[in-house]
Amino acid sequence: MEGDVKKFMYLNRKAPYGTVYALESLEVVLIGAAFDQDVSLAFVDDGVYQLANNQTTTPNDGIGMKNFSPTYKALGDYDVTKLYVDQESLEARGLSVDDLMPLTYEDEDDDWAEKPSIRVVSREELTNIMDEQDVVLSF
Amino acid sequence: MKFAVMINEGPYQHQSSDSAYNFVKAALDKGHEIFRIFFYHDGVNNATRLTIPPQDDRNIVERWSALAKEHELDLVVCVAAAQRRGLLDENEASRNGKDANNIDESFRISGLGQLIEAGIQADRLVVFGD
Repeated sequence: MEGDVKKFMYLNRKAPYGTVYALESLEVVLIGAAFDQDVSLAFVDDGVYQLANNQTTTPNDGIGMKNFSPTYKALGDYDVTKLYVDQESLEARGLSVDDLMPLTYEDEDDDWAEKPSIRVVSREELTNIMDEQDVVLSF
Repeated sequence: MKFAVMINEGPYQHQSSDSAYNFVKAALDKGHEIFRIFFYHDGVNNATRLTIPPQDDRNIVERWSALAKEHELDLVVCVAAAQRRGLLDENEASRNGKDANNIDESFRISGLGQLIEAGIQADRLVVFGD
């Protein structure tokens, strides 16, 4: 397996709550990070809500489910630094990048400069990025 | 070609498992290799040997089990997804102090690393979901 690096994309299409897809997708991402592959995440359709800022799920203020959104903030430490967000999906829901968590990573090739992990991309850009992948896991 | 397959939905409720079964059978018939079949999300429910479908319907679990025996398929159930949903083998049941187990003998419980490894090793990873 050594030296065999593939491009893995995790495609997230579902809202963070309502179904367990988003949570269990994130569990795959975290385990997969240990395999030193070239990893990216894509967020389309209701999947863009997974990155929404200020998620509140406590029983008093919300739906009484585990708020797993802080885990996305740790992805940079797992060398998961490419999070593509579909612009059309954002706009269709009245959202912009300002409504998303400000996720960052430290770039080891650039004196550990802090850089944004989220990149808002057009459908065409995302199509091209998907086309380059070896493995696409769709959730 | 070497295929890996991921099944993300349970039996009967969704067609995912049926479609995957037909795909795997067709691939094997054409001489392709199936590296592994990984069951995730509600897909873990495809592994319970306690399923009892009506007699005039297909038995999805037994069908997988029979195909696995015939072709020595590696049927892997995600441990975390399985535990959430009450799917246990003998080992997991005793380790967690539960009084029963329900995983069919043709399936084995393992971790998500098995899915990533399948993605690396196979020429194609085919996902069957909702």
